[in-house]
Amino acid sequence: MATANETKTSSYRVIGTRPIRHDGVDKVTGRAVYGNDVQLPGLLYGRVLRSPHAHARIRSIDTTKAEKLPGVFAVISSADIDPHESKMAELGEGSVNLQYLCENVLARKKVLYKGHAVAAVAAVNAHVAEEALKLIEVDYDPLHAVTWVLDAMKDDAPILIDDLKTEGAPLPHSKGPTNIAQHIVFSKGDIEKGFAEADVIIEREFKSATVHQGYIEPHVATALWSPDGHLSIWASTQGSFTCRQQTAELLALPVSKVTVTPCEIGGGFGGKIRVYIEPIAALLSKKSGRPVKVLMNRADVFESTGPTPGSFIRVKLGAKRDGRLVAGDAWMAYDAGAYPAGIIGPGCVCVFSCYDLPNARVEGFDVVLNKPQTAAYRAPGSTNAAFACETVIEELAEKLGIDPIEFRLKNAAKEGTRRPDGPAYPVIGLVETLKTAKAHPHYSATLEGPNRGRGVGCGFWMNAGLKSSVTAHVNGDGTVTLVEGSTDIGGTRTSIAMQLAETLGITAEEVVPRVVDTDSVGYTDVTGGSRTTFATGWAAHDAAIDIVKQMSARAAEFWKCSPDEVTFDRGLFSSKSHALTFKELAGKIQETGGTITGRASVEAKGVGATFGTHIVDVEVDPETGKVKILRYTAVQDCGRVIHPSYAEGQIQGGVVQGIGWALNEEYVYDADGRMRNASMLDYRMPTAVDVPTIEPVMVEVPNPRHPYGVRGVGEVPICPPPAAIGAAIYNAIGIRMYELPMSPPKVCQAIINEASAK
Amino acid sequence: MKEIAYAAPRTVADAVAALKQANGNGKAFAGGTDILVQLREGTRNADVLVDLKKIPEMTEIRQLPSGDWQIGAATPCHRIESTVPFAEGYPGIIDGVHIIGGWQIKGRASLGGNLCTSSPAADSIPALIAHHAVVKIVGPDGSREVPVSEFCTGPGKNVLKPAELVASFVIPAMLPNSSGCYLRFIPRSEMDIAVVGCGTTLTVEKDTIKQARIALGAVAPKPVLAEEAAAWLIGKPATIESFEKAGEIARKAATPISDMRGPAEYRTHLVGVLVKRSLMTSLRRLRGERVDVLHDKLV
Ligand SMILES: Cc1cc2nc3c(=O)[nH]c(=O)nc-3n(C[C@H](O)[C@H](O)[C@H](O)COP(=O)(O)OP(=O)(O)OC[C@H]3O[C@@H](n4cnc5c(N)ncnc54)[C@H](O)[C@@H]3O)c2cc1C
Repeated sequence: MATANETKTSSYRVIGTRPIRHDGVDKVTGRAVYGNDVQLPGLLYGRVLRSPHAHARIRSIDTTKAEKLPGVFAVISSADIDPHESKMAELGEGSVNLQYLCENVLARKKVLYKGHAVAAVAAVNAHVAEEALKLIEVDYDPLHAVTWVLDAMKDDAPILIDDLKTEGAPLPHSKGPTNIAQHIVFSKGDIEKGFAEADVIIEREFKSATVHQGYIEPHVATALWSPDGHLSIWASTQGSFTCRQQTAELLALPVSKVTVTPCEIGGGFGGKIRVYIEPIAALLSKKSGRPVKVLMNRADVFESTGPTPGSFIRVKLGAKRDGRLVAGDAWMAYDAGAYPAGIIGPGCVCVFSCYDLPNARVEGFDVVLNKPQTAAYRAPGSTNAAFACETVIEELAEKLGIDPIEFRLKNAAKEGTRRPDGPAYPVIGLVETLKTAKAHPHYSATLEGPNRGRGVGCGFWMNAGLKSSVTAHVNGDGTVTLVEGSTDIGGTRTSIAMQLAETLGITAEEVVPRVVDTDSVGYTDVTGGSRTTFATGWAAHDAAIDIVKQMSARAAEFWKCSPDEVTFDRGLFSSKSHALTFKELAGKIQETGGTITGRASVEAKGVGATFGTHIVDVEVDPETGKVKILRYTAVQDCGRVIHPSYAEGQIQGGVVQGIGWALNEEYVYDADGRMRNASMLDYRMPTAVDVPTIEPVMVEVPNPRHPYGVRGVGEVPICPPPAAIGAAIYNAIGIRMYELPMSPPKVCQAIINEASAK
Repeated sequence: MKEIAYAAPRTVADAVAALKQANGNGKAFAGGTDILVQLREGTRNADVLVDLKKIPEMTEIRQLPSGDWQIGAATPCHRIESTVPFAEGYPGIIDGVHIIGGWQIKGRASLGGNLCTSSPAADSIPALIAHHAVVKIVGPDGSREVPVSEFCTGPGKNVLKPAELVASFVIPAMLPNSSGCYLRFIPRSEMDIAVVGCGTTLTVEKDTIKQARIALGAVAPKPVLAEEAAAWLIGKPATIESFEKAGEIARKAATPISDMRGPAEYRTHLVGVLVKRSLMTSLRRLRGERVDVLHDKLV
């Protein structure tokens, strides 16, 4: 698991090394404060009543009996929150329609999925709160539900939102009410001409089930609405400012009246950006006059937060006999869930993003149906798309008799390649990952034994930039306190501190990173879009430059020379006749004019996209259809790797989630649209014994537009696994799977069908 | 969840009395690994929990002079597994006991609890049936014996009458040239509920099958015997072909439902696969091979 950085001599001292994470001891000793550890005097416990129906009109809600139960302090429903009109609020990574957000937080006239929040209680303890929920009487008028995306697009489908209008590209034949929230069309070149030139054309259809991020820590929020009108929230959130803004907008408060403290977080993967229980905790606090903590259980997490879309995708690709792709056509329908969600957008961007297609067309639909509103999940939309496109790529390579990596190399996107959605790539590293994979011993290792096969697959994610702020205070002992607003999910305290340390010529240990509340640091967007090491790291770099500038001026004053005569290199300030280390000068700042604070707020442009190429060996049990992963190698362009262990961890984690998506994870629905497997027992994520050691191989193609060459690392590793595993299954037993998950019953059925066809 | 009283009697008679007094609102409490979860999820209700783990008779495992084994109904799985002479003699029962949860669960979970929860997918029951196990039931009206094969009557239902307890299991001594096996199919490697379970015992003399017993889990409202398949095997050569044929016949005993754990047709298909593999493992074992079913290539 070496990186290029560790094998060649790097000019960096801190970047590329593996210091111990700053929050490590707190986490392994159990001292770190997670959302559920928050305790306040007089704390009440909130619980949410959720819809048992997938689709129903609410005739009435009667809370009188619940209010009378001893120990109950407040009961709320949508009557306690003013309605919002359909208006967009920016959330950094994406925007949100306030009317839909409001109705998702507490259902108003209709419930649109099983688990939709209807009312909530705050009580002296959780048990009383749960008993009180049973006393709330809701009169429902059940309606037909629809949970498969193609069914929801039919003319006679049950309509979820009466006044929904299709946004985006016009749909000429659509009339009347619809579930299609968005229609996207991208095109490039002339696909008819392209397909006419093709020697080989393959067209396939793909289905994938709804899957959840499966973070270990359930959502939890504590709110205190003080009599002076100030609202404080402690939350498990990927973005404290996003949480602040959504809550403030929903409750019609100025943002300055809301403080959000981000607690340590047990995973998010895109699922902890939208608010669910934060506004509920706030309203319960307002009504009861006490702090209120609302905690979800696991079933709530599955049924009532945002999973990622199930989808239907049709991909058609054409190639010349020499292996050059000439045209691609994709038709993609993604679940929006109960309200418009837009994961289809990145899905459409990603479907052909790995290839240089002269002619391409992509058409996509965001479709409302009776499932929870979908949310981001690690490269949202890209995994579904990669499964489809990569499988067709494999079939083309086979038909043309070209090695699958060679075929991809012939067509790989490079600097200058224009994607069907418009942008041309700057420097990217897909070719480098393909070449590295091809040369890796795994790719040429012999794989013996029956029913075993090897597959490869590629994936892409565009990554995000967005806004980040930090302040950095120089301490007299030569350390620097780094104040930041980015929730630390994957070791970003350290990866950001390392960029500050590198710039100042100090060690990572000499930086004291602190993730603080929304009143204590400048606006910072979510930890999401693989942006944090990139953008908040950039802010840390800029804050360090600011410190150097101020300290150089101090040194000049001290040495009685002009600031231009002071140079700074790797932690040493010097003039013609003097020199002081960073630490020495820091020791003198109080006598030379007082504290120095560096600061930076960036809106990071120059995002570097990331690609990965994975190799996997599987064994299929031909009698049961069960697939075992034997070996897994994940090659990824990571840009410049700041902290190799954390980059490797991101790759391994992403692959594990991709394996789960590929093999077993799915929301199982009954005929009435109710999820049947809302538990960790029956929603089958891989356990430690289901995956082998995943070997991450990091290729470094630095992002030329970032001060340290950083690209996002965290998302792309989830994209290739389903397609790579599908290819491996084909090479093991000669059967192509077109539906996720490739679970034992489905693989077994495919084997039986194949045998009876022969 | 509301408040629940807790009783910790020292004798079976006191436990029965405590349940009787609770008048239908008491629940026996052995390892608690089912009942606590169910109470918390609201699928069961109780005013009193009657702890069985403080009753010596219910937590011991010993061999009787007849060679049979008696296992107290509240004996934790981990203790059963680590009782070496029992474990060596009954690898088929241990297959089931071993996979009930991880270490923490096995330190608490009992055979009595597994049986009395009466899940069609319970992992200990098929092998107990295949081994002709019998339970001793004690209640307000005295005690009686019931074969495990007749204990369950439907999902979550069994022959226990109000305030009755399963006190212990009796497992007959193994015949010579015999062994057993329990296999379950799950989509992952651990932490899952059987899509299909299959317990078998086999007696073979000079390569000819003398006795066979096949019990299936998760394919009917309760664990079931595949009697026709077992009968067909008698007198047949102990070969993979015979076991395959037995598997085909055993499918007829399966009347599964489709649910989130697997479609009905798939379960029926798996019956054939598991019966064949389980019998094959029993055969290898009775011939002296040690087979760890969790890591065996065949499984
Ligand atoms: C994480 C986890 C993993 C699990 N994995 C498995 C698995 O792989 N396979 C599997 O089969 N099960 C599994 N289980 C379920 C459970 O552990 C088993 O069913 C276990 O054997 C139950 O035993 P117990 O002693 O804990 O029962 P308890 O929970 O104490 O009791 C279960 C029920 O039986 C009744 N009862 C208990 N003892 C008696 C008695 N002597 N007489 C009359 N009634 C009685 C109780 O009133 C209750 O209704 C798992 C559970 C958990 C939490």
